Amino acid sequence: MSAAAVAAKPRFAMYWAASCGGCDIAVLNTGEKILEIDAAFDVVFWPVAMDAKYRDVEAMPDGSIALTLFSGSIRNSENEEMARLLRRKSRLLVAFGSCAGEGCIPGLANFSSRTEIFDAAYESVSTDNPEHLRPLPSVTVPEGELHLPEFCATVRTLDQVVPVDYFVPGCPPEPHQIAAVMDLAMAAFAGRAELPPAGSTIGAGHSTVCDECPRERHAKQISSFTRIQQVAALDPALCLLEQGIPCNGPATRDGCGALCPKAGAQCIGCYGPAEGVVDFGARLLSAFASVIDAGDPASIDRVLDGLPDPAGQFYRFNLAKSLLRAGRAAWAEDRKP
Amino acid sequence: MNAERQDAGSGARGTPEDLRIGVYVCHCGSNIAGTVDVEAVRAWAETSLRDRGVVVARDYKFMCSSLGQELIEQDIREQGVNRVVVAACSPHLHERTFRTACENAGLNPYLCELVSVREQDSWVHTDRAAATEKARAIVAGGVERVRHHEELRPLRVPIHPATLVVGGGIGGISAALELANAGYPVYLVEREPSLGGHMAQFDKTFPTLDCSACILTPRMVEAGSNPNITLLTYSEVESVSGYVGNFTVTIRRRARQVDEETCTGCGVCWEKCPVNVIDTRFEAGLGYRKAIYVPFAQAVPKYPVIDRETCTYYLKGTCKACEKFCPPQSIRFDQEDEILTVEVGNIVLATGFKLFDARRIPQYGYGRLPNVFTSLEFERLSNAAGPTGGRVVLRDGVTEPKSVGIVHCVGSRDRAYNNYCSAICCMQSLKFAHLVREHTGATVYEFYIDMRTPSKGYDEFYQRLLEEGTVFIRGKVAEISPGARTPEEDGKLIVHVEDTLAGRQRRIPLDMVILSAGLEPQEDAKEVAKKFGISCSYEGWMIERHPKLDPVATMTEGVMLAGTVQGPKDIPATVAQGAAASARVLGRIQQGEIALEPVRATVDPSMCSGCRICNDLCPFSAIVFHEDRMVTEINPALCQGCGTCVAACPAGAISGTGFSNEQILAQIEGLLMERVRHPAELEAVPA
Repeated sequence: MSAAAVAAKPRFAMYWAASCGGCDIAVLNTGEKILEIDAAFDVVFWPVAMDAKYRDVEAMPDGSIALTLFSGSIRNSENEEMARLLRRKSRLLVAFGSCAGEGCIPGLANFSSRTEIFDAAYESVSTDNPEHLRPLPSVTVPEGELHLPEFCATVRTLDQVVPVDYFVPGCPPEPHQIAAVMDLAMAAFAGRAELPPAGSTIGAGHSTVCDECPRERHAKQISSFTRIQQVAALDPALCLLEQGIPCNGPATRDGCGALCPKAGAQCIGCYGPAEGVVDFGARLLSAFASVIDAGDPASIDRVLDGLPDPAGQFYRFNLAKSLLRAGRAAWAEDRKP
Repeated sequence: MNAERQDAGSGARGTPEDLRIGVYVCHCGSNIAGTVDVEAVRAWAETSLRDRGVVVARDYKFMCSSLGQELIEQDIREQGVNRVVVAACSPHLHERTFRTACENAGLNPYLCELVSVREQDSWVHTDRAAATEKARAIVAGGVERVRHHEELRPLRVPIHPATLVVGGGIGGISAALELANAGYPVYLVEREPSLGGHMAQFDKTFPTLDCSACILTPRMVEAGSNPNITLLTYSEVESVSGYVGNFTVTIRRRARQVDEETCTGCGVCWEKCPVNVIDTRFEAGLGYRKAIYVPFAQAVPKYPVIDRETCTYYLKGTCKACEKFCPPQSIRFDQEDEILTVEVGNIVLATGFKLFDARRIPQYGYGRLPNVFTSLEFERLSNAAGPTGGRVVLRDGVTEPKSVGIVHCVGSRDRAYNNYCSAICCMQSLKFAHLVREHTGATVYEFYIDMRTPSKGYDEFYQRLLEEGTVFIRGKVAEISPGARTPEEDGKLIVHVEDTLAGRQRRIPLDMVILSAGLEPQEDAKEVAKKFGISCSYEGWMIERHPKLDPVATMTEGVMLAGTVQGPKDIPATVAQGAAASARVLGRIQQGEIALEPVRATVDPSMCSGCRICNDLCPFSAIVFHEDRMVTEINPALCQGCGTCVAACPAGAISGTGFSNEQILAQIEGLLMERVRHPAELEAVPA
């Protein structure tokens, strides 16, 4: 390939901040599509797939990367620095996957303060730390000064730090949806397609998982919730929620193909809030509460006892992006000057 | 603040040309100004909210006065104000006032927002500085909210001229007659075989001692013969659908087993019927009726009904005495219930009360001690048309009592039963005392907690009773027992009471005790409330639109209340409320059409996945599910804008006009003063 041809290709980057790496694997898992991506783009930065240094990115002209898929939430100062850097260098910055878009599992740390998190990480029974050492942003050793990224008080989503052009939901996004997003990007860069309005969620539907779920459903009255692992037999054709299984499908954006309910498991909400939903947890809580068939405080309590982990049920993927954003402890620390 | 939300409020930076917000802070005399520094709030709004679009801020002693309203109208006309925030009382009181002021000045009334700095601020705080700060936050919330307001137009629907009146007691009869005499059709539905309700069972009415039947029956006859009234007795409303102006009501007409076309009400059938049944309803268990019967002689309509539970023909297949002797051959053993569907524009609910069941207070011995009577039993005993022909006698049916006690507040003003005062028992008890003396000359004791005689002529009646020699003992009766200790007490009921005026415990031996039982909501009040889409209190009394200023309407447009269905009250109040309900209905009918609040819920079909969580929630039955398209829809004319479904929709597919996410979140941001306190920080977030 000639140098001129390489220069003509749009540049592509992908980065992982606070994430498990599953989103990167999901992109690689698109099968042959990855070859098409490679052919259509000049991949300039992708730590999981190729060696590159931050200073290489810093050296690039601003706006020179056509498309950056940013996975992971903003947990520390390094994540934040890279978010700002890649925003500057990219024409299109995509919050890719649940962590970047709504905080996901790392976001659940927002229920705890930094001190509580460090206590759990550095002082637990399984940790050998006789000197009670804690990570510090800078430390002087005989050889000189060492630096570590600073651990932020709360986990933030990418769009709480920098403006984001598009959101691709999912933990991780489904391969066919990634392929569709990449096809759209390639077509747009080749001048064959229009980009959707800025700020939209792409690679997903506009309704909820129920839209793709084949299970039969009726007007609902729920007299008890049961965790799915405690149920001996489920009706394979009936709405899980109607069977007392706390299924998050009604509030979760469609696009995954209702994989979990089709396989007999409840939706846990990894595709994030549906188009019209501002706060996923509050929406779902309010929806469940609306159909609870209980007339007095005691029976309401009995129904709620079937939801032993409300934070995990309603805010598993979206605490950082929710209206709550954080529990009181983390919030107080976040507000410190 | 996240960048996406920042976007939602764009146009935020700087003052957009087209937004000109006026802020009006009311002193409400000293109601608000006593606790909130109104002038400071005004000055702050004018300066600090300028970049939020506020072009003028004023304060005034009484914003709701004509002069106050004119300030707003003038600013709309002269300063081009196109959004209005009034910080005053609750929207319940004056939202309409200020909306109308805006409309008068040519501004769409829904571009006005009333925020409460009285009920939610000055009335609930004492710290002036903190209350003033809160008033700022409330004003900021209102300003952020009106930025997202849209022009709305009310929905106009025609009003059907017919009215459904449910309940054929004196309240329902009064309402029906007012409407019918004004020339409009009425369907009057009564569950029992005859009109009359409780009033038909009474002997006399307080305080005038008019004969109850003498004043009631002419009204019953009038209702029965008025050509505008379709009388549906022995009938019940099965279901109600539709909305103000256009209700569709299905009514079950239970089979009387009598052909009303040919029956003359001659009474041969019940004379010939061989089955005697204890009449637990009209005669309160003291007398008998037949298996085919009219509840009482002056019943309207005059046609009898056959009680299938006790009629020998229905039990054993033979007898048919009534059929054999009926001169016009009107008995129809094969008659079936009939379901009628009627269209009406308005509904008046006058379903009345039920008497407190005195058996629930075991220490008073009703049901165990034969000579303890309930108030209703006494009404029948003293009634000349009653089972004893008006003779007041003990349960043996012959002995006249020489001493009678009347116990007030049975089941009322008692934390174990009902906290409320039943309103009529004091007067009823005084009436009983008079009747006992008149009929028997017995000594009468009244056991009362407080004497409540607040209406016209009521206290004069009490004075009369005092002069008549009735013994009044102020104290709550602890127990009524048969345990005699002395020969004089032998065979008597012993009333144990603390005489709080004499300051000692007393045992009073009496021949007869009357329990003045309180009023309770009907057994099925809660189902009735649900059926008609209105709310009732915890006890079951229907809730009026406003306890003082609108005790006639309910929160559901087109459903009115008359009489004790709303709460305990006496006959004059019931009649007055029946007439008032009708006046409201007549006003509606005369208008020809009605403007409905445009605050309505709507479903975005592209976002609805048909999860059906909302389907059963609508108190007004406005939600329809389309099985074919798997989406839910809301009938805008049925929807009352309550927001239940909006809150329940997990997909956020339902939104309430005037209560959009943007509007509510903007108001919350305003309340938190996010934009006021941290403008620099907010501006720093790129979007």
